Amino acid sequence: MTHPEEPLDTSGTQISRRNLLKGVAAGAGVLAAPALLAACGDDDEAATTTAAAASGGDTEAPMASGTVSVGSNASDPLTKDAYAAMFARFEEKNPDVTLAINTVDHNTFQEQINTYLQGRPDDAFTWFAGYRMQFFADKGLSTSINDVWDTIGANYASSFKQASTGLDGNQYFVPFITYPWALFYRKSFFADNGYTIPTTIDELKTLSEGMMADGFVPIAFGDKDGWPAMGTFDYLNMRVNGYQYHVDLMAHREKWNDDRTKQVFATWAELLPYHQPGALGRTWQDAAQTVANKEAGMYLLGMFVGEQFQEVSQEARDDLDFFAFPEINPDHGQDSVDAPIDGFMISKAPENIDGAKELLKFIGTGEAQKFYTDANSNWLATANDADTSGYDALQNKGAELIASASNIAQFLDRDTRPDFASTVVLPSIQTFLNNPEDINGLTDSMEEQAVAIFTE
Amino acid sequence: MSTRSEVEVAVARERTKRKRFRLLTNRDLGVLVFMLGLPALIHVFFVWVPALLSILLSFSRWDGIGGVEAIEWIGLTNYEQVATIYPPFWPAVVHNLIWLGFFILIATPFGMFLAVQLDKEMKGSKFYQNALYVPVVLSLALVGFIWQLIYSPEQGLINNVLGRTDPENLIDWLGNPSINLWMILIAASWRHVGYIMILYLAGLKSVDPALKEAAAIDGATSRQTFFHVVFPVLKPINIVILVITIIESLRAFDIVYVTNKGTNGLELLSVAVTNNIIGEASRIGFGSALAVILLIVSLGIIIPYLWRTFRADEVAA
Repeated sequence: MTHPEEPLDTSGTQISRRNLLKGVAAGAGVLAAPALLAACGDDDEAATTTAAAASGGDTEAPMASGTVSVGSNASDPLTKDAYAAMFARFEEKNPDVTLAINTVDHNTFQEQINTYLQGRPDDAFTWFAGYRMQFFADKGLSTSINDVWDTIGANYASSFKQASTGLDGNQYFVPFITYPWALFYRKSFFADNGYTIPTTIDELKTLSEGMMADGFVPIAFGDKDGWPAMGTFDYLNMRVNGYQYHVDLMAHREKWNDDRTKQVFATWAELLPYHQPGALGRTWQDAAQTVANKEAGMYLLGMFVGEQFQEVSQEARDDLDFFAFPEINPDHGQDSVDAPIDGFMISKAPENIDGAKELLKFIGTGEAQKFYTDANSNWLATANDADTSGYDALQNKGAELIASASNIAQFLDRDTRPDFASTVVLPSIQTFLNNPEDINGLTDSMEEQAVAIFTE
Repeated sequence: MSTRSEVEVAVARERTKRKRFRLLTNRDLGVLVFMLGLPALIHVFFVWVPALLSILLSFSRWDGIGGVEAIEWIGLTNYEQVATIYPPFWPAVVHNLIWLGFFILIATPFGMFLAVQLDKEMKGSKFYQNALYVPVVLSLALVGFIWQLIYSPEQGLINNVLGRTDPENLIDWLGNPSINLWMILIAASWRHVGYIMILYLAGLKSVDPALKEAAAIDGATSRQTFFHVVFPVLKPINIVILVITIIESLRAFDIVYVTNKGTNGLELLSVAVTNNIIGEASRIGFGSALAVILLIVSLGIIIPYLWRTFRADEVAA
């Protein structure tokens, strides 16, 4: 239940707890606020709305007003400040709308999403694209926002619209920020040792042999929390079998004990000798440190790995670069990328739907997204009109990688049922890493469990 | 006045029903009903009603979304799947039993041993006592974090002291599923030993020194004194310690959860329940089935033990 974007670490526990409590307190306030405002401010606001409509004329009707409550999982201080600045800008542009922000600890927000959405959720809330969005849309716990997409649609690539569309063909989600997964390395480490970027799996193997001969660990690896190895599975699957097979397998339209799935594990088994041993006892942070310290050559992770390099030194962060996962099957080349998208949705019965939609239209602009990408240089904006002049070299390259991909996947635990990802795929991959020999037994067991879970 | 009238009433009652003594006044009765009834009600409402509902839900398939009408009843399917196609289940049962065995056979006796040593009033015993007790004030989750720093492969204390941080020779204390359970048990014992020690020490302090002196005069060695005199006298404390040990073993959860979410060699029933129920798109029915199994295991260990103990007491009395 820990997820890439905000791993649970020891140092943060205290702060998260405090934020959680604050969130709870704020939540209590939020519940009371709209009712109060509605009770005492109805006449005034109706008057302003009419006046604005009369004088402005050219603004879209109905003009939003009142208070919009927003449930946010942006609990770490950096993110929270960036969100606050963005929300402040929205209020500035829409003087009639007040935002009531209810920030909850990132992991707690995720774990309680079920009860949250069924109870009295905020009007708008932060969430993730892909299956995890579709699931709640399908359960009727979120409001479709096709009219928002009429406004912002032109500002997004079709892959982003696809990632925002529910199973019924309606849109339920507005993308805010994203980051790609790729193989990260230090430029100076490759230059000093005369290594070249591999574009095929054979080149990757040759490079790895070379690194081992030079006394380095070729591929850093840490899977103590279970989710990082899902990225490796995703890429191997998309490179071996293509994006469509990934989507079908995640939805269990393909079988886990299919020969094509077994081929993914078999390819992985060939690469395992080049991976850092002892991965199941190592956190991704520790694995990233070994690349930053030039003990290991490369590391398959999301761009948030930059945070660890920053911790080592600014020089290490500036030296950080990446390349796309190499080609395995020429039919699919390097055409797919894992790039999870964070964004916003509207709950099932918002008290202020006009205001919430107005907010989501703003979320879908480069102006809003810049507040975030300026504050955290390991993330990217999703809108076409995003001002990328503030991007550093890594951000520019990340944006290029995503723009050049024909298919964007959301990461394994966002593309399939969360209960299947956490209770079946996660432990199964760990079993595989302990015993890469028994692929048949492993995939049969995964398929049996998939059948049990997906019939629910 | 009221006391007097109560006395009169009592006397009058006693006259009418000559044989029946009433030890309790109405007020006593009221206090009793309040003091016993309310906790009993709370207990039933917050413990047994949810437990019974869990048992009911374990026969269902439900993702926690929607009302009662969304629940689908599927009989024993969940139990069948738990036992046949859910790989973490049997390891979890085994690990819970290993945990119990390790605590009963090693950690708890060691805590008692330390208590006996500290009871001898040796030099600096206050210092040792405090040093051993310090981990007890930490939560088990925090203990987990602390020991992760010690066991970490490249950055950890042990591997650095042993000089085994190179990829070829490093020991993966928490990632290797054949050793990580034992490493976690050591970490958990670090706290458990101190807990048992302080409880037992309190018990030892209450033993009448005259007993020990008498044993010494009769020529018993200190070993014999402990096993034949002190240990039997401390029977009530021994029971408390055993029950605490069993409870601590069965509710083991946090240390494993912070280490790796209870996967890869650290499966426990409590974690299996949590992993299936907490979070998005929960498998309420499946998780409930696991919870019921944990309940049965717990009752299966605790009830026979308490029943035998209390029955033995009655027989003795």
